[in-house]
Amino acid sequence: MRTRHTLVALAVTAAIGLTACGTNEAPAGTASGAGAAKAALVLYNAQHEEVGQAWADAFTAKTGVKVEVRNGSDFELANQIVAEGAASPADVFITENSPAMALVSSKDLFAPVDAATKVQVPAQYSSSKGDWVGVAARSTVFVYNSSQLTDAQLPQSIMDLAKPEWKGRFGISPSGADFQAIVSAVYAVQGDAAAAAWLQGVKDNAKIYRGNGTILKAANAGEVPGGVIYHYYWYGDQADGGAGSSNTKLKFFGGKDAGAFLSVSGGGVLKSSRHPAEAQSFLAYMSGAEGQKLLADGDALEYTVGNGVAANPKLKPLAELDAPPVDLNTLNGPKIVEEMQRVGLL
Amino acid sequence: MAGARLRYPPLRLVPALAVAGLTLLPAAYVLASVLAGGDTARLLWRPRVGELLTNTVLLVLLGTSACVTVGTLAAWVVERTTLRGRPLWTALMVAPLAVPAFVNSFGWYSLSPSFAGLGAAVLVTTLSYYPLVYLPVAAMLRGVDQALEEQSRILGNGTWRTFGRIVLPQLRPAMSGGALLVALHLLAEFGALQALRFDTFTTAIYDQYQSTFNGAAATTLAGVLILLCLVTLGCDLGLTGRARLARVGRGAARPAITHRLGHATPAAFAGLVLLAAAALGVPLGCIAFWLLTSTSTAFPAGELWQTTSTSIILALLGAAVTITLAFPVAWLSIRRPGRLSRLVERSTYLGNSLPGIVVALALITIAVRYLPSLYQSTAMLLTAYAVLFMPRAMVSLRAALRQTPPEFDDVARSLGVRPAAVLLRVTLPLIARGVGAGSALVFLAVITELTSTLLLAPIGTRTLATQFWSGSTSINYGQAAPYALLMILVSAPAAYLLTRRSRMVES
Repeated sequence: MRTRHTLVALAVTAAIGLTACGTNEAPAGTASGAGAAKAALVLYNAQHEEVGQAWADAFTAKTGVKVEVRNGSDFELANQIVAEGAASPADVFITENSPAMALVSSKDLFAPVDAATKVQVPAQYSSSKGDWVGVAARSTVFVYNSSQLTDAQLPQSIMDLAKPEWKGRFGISPSGADFQAIVSAVYAVQGDAAAAAWLQGVKDNAKIYRGNGTILKAANAGEVPGGVIYHYYWYGDQADGGAGSSNTKLKFFGGKDAGAFLSVSGGGVLKSSRHPAEAQSFLAYMSGAEGQKLLADGDALEYTVGNGVAANPKLKPLAELDAPPVDLNTLNGPKIVEEMQRVGLL
Repeated sequence: MAGARLRYPPLRLVPALAVAGLTLLPAAYVLASVLAGGDTARLLWRPRVGELLTNTVLLVLLGTSACVTVGTLAAWVVERTTLRGRPLWTALMVAPLAVPAFVNSFGWYSLSPSFAGLGAAVLVTTLSYYPLVYLPVAAMLRGVDQALEEQSRILGNGTWRTFGRIVLPQLRPAMSGGALLVALHLLAEFGALQALRFDTFTTAIYDQYQSTFNGAAATTLAGVLILLCLVTLGCDLGLTGRARLARVGRGAARPAITHRLGHATPAAFAGLVLLAAAALGVPLGCIAFWLLTSTSTAFPAGELWQTTSTSIILALLGAAVTITLAFPVAWLSIRRPGRLSRLVERSTYLGNSLPGIVVALALITIAVRYLPSLYQSTAMLLTAYAVLFMPRAMVSLRAALRQTPPEFDDVARSLGVRPAAVLLRVTLPLIARGVGAGSALVFLAVITELTSTLLLAPIGTRTLATQFWSGSTSINYGQAAPYALLMILVSAPAAYLLTRRSRMVES
């Protein structure tokens, strides 16, 4: 009887004790960085887990500064930073697409980017406000099953997809930040009225999938003739043996069409960062030659945007994409989400 | 003595009230912010909400009916017919409990991208959740009074007529209890449905969360989902029925009647084999397939080990916290029955009928605004687990307390032991078994919990469920497969213990 009671008491004490430890863990870790050990940065990573982690690991290996990564999606983390405000544990934020950067920027939560970092990236790939820079880019493409669609049947502009003849013949992934960024580009290029009519047409026509990879797979299987995705899903699958993409080809819209939109992944340092110097040097690393080279050589197959580092040679060169000029920091994420809620895509 | 003691000793009432308050917090918060929100009308009255409502209601109706049919038929064949190999069938029929629904779904959809839509959703959820009906019905069939069936046969009714008029009504409480569990699981299901391109409120809330974090759109949908949960709970009260099922005097116990299957044997056999193959064979086979063939299969032993131990530690802590919080409420409801204690006990059940995503969203919003120090902490995650899984602990603790005579407490008190010591030295040791069973139930639930872990896990915390999810959503099936296998291996012992216990209780 006695041993049992001791055991139960022990278990309860242990549980409470451990819970208390758990609570203290995060703040203690951050606070201890102020001492002799180097600071630990917190990266809110909305980029692909592998991309953010590779940058973090390489930066730690180079400087000894530890980086803890919280993964999430663009608007989830951006809205989280907005909700957290000055109390945010994040030091650095990187995204897949610009609208989430623009959201944080619109709330004045980013610190200005160091001048030396800004010149590493061409101005059209960074915030016009100077509070974040591009770290990677992805091109919008139309993937299609080459036995179901001939070149002549392809849409010439992304705007064509709202026409009745495309009903049920292409896939989109509206719950993802990627498609939301493409929609924001259509609004920026075509203006609100034309874009809103287009969005309604897309809602009526598109087959809904979750994730660009799923669209690619479905097009490859002939379940849907085409779909709107980013380029690297296709190149990634091709590099991995092509099992999920061998029946498909890519159509780059080009011609400054809204569908040729080049979506820039941004990186910024939070104003509330407790380690601004280390955070700025991490951002400088990602957008600089070493970080960009890591991206070009890796499996991610996204475009590099930093000066002097060419993208992976497997990709169609950035200069040939003929993307529409868009002021990235004016892409309005929350408005696009509301528009998509209005037509029922979200 | 008994008359002199306080009805609700304040030191015991206050913790119980606090726990009840905690479990009511998420629902109260969501409903209050929906009512206060200025944007509610725009977000509520739109075609998308209608689509989601249709999908959700269809899935709950079809999925629950299918689970009740499959679970009851399987239980009857295994328990009450001459089909050989009852222990093996019993194990196979409840084994899907160890395979999380989102792993089962993965098994099906990774075979073909066209496995999608309502039919796919009903199939996958039925295969995952029919054991929730099977278990109570099988237990009832073992314990049910035989005499009524014999009398029916003597009066000239055939096997089927007797089944319809005598057996089924007796099974009604077990079936409706199981159906309620299935319906609540379906309302909360996220992982299994997301990949099947079938949107319900729960998947839509997650999409909204990804697009707006804690925006009004997510909260509004959560409000509708809470109402659906309440309606479901209300339906259950109506379905259980009021027929008298017990007779006066227990009579002599004897083994249940078994029916000869005769030429129906091959059909029954084939049915059970098909069920086991679909519910277990497909997911396990698929995991094996991806482990063996995929090019993205990496076997990072260190990371697998670390993730597994994180999952196990979180599950153990979750079980400890949940049991600790459930205890004051269970004690009060059994030892001091009354209107207040029943109200307190019942209110802790609401949490379990809320989807993980709603609880997590509410806790995040509350923490960001009022308790920033708790934000993104392990304590927060454990709180969510406690709110979600409290009823599992409550049911076991209450059953154990009920079987312990309160006179033991009185004797200890009369021998001069103080109330707190009575609790530690008399009550707790006597209910150790209930504590164990409740812990196992919570442990299982935490291991396979996905949505609130995705939202609340502190920076850097990875569990088997979240890692599997990360791999399977980026279509790295080979990368996801080892985590699915580990999840099943970690869950299996707890699931086995529970089925053994449910047999012991009946015999």
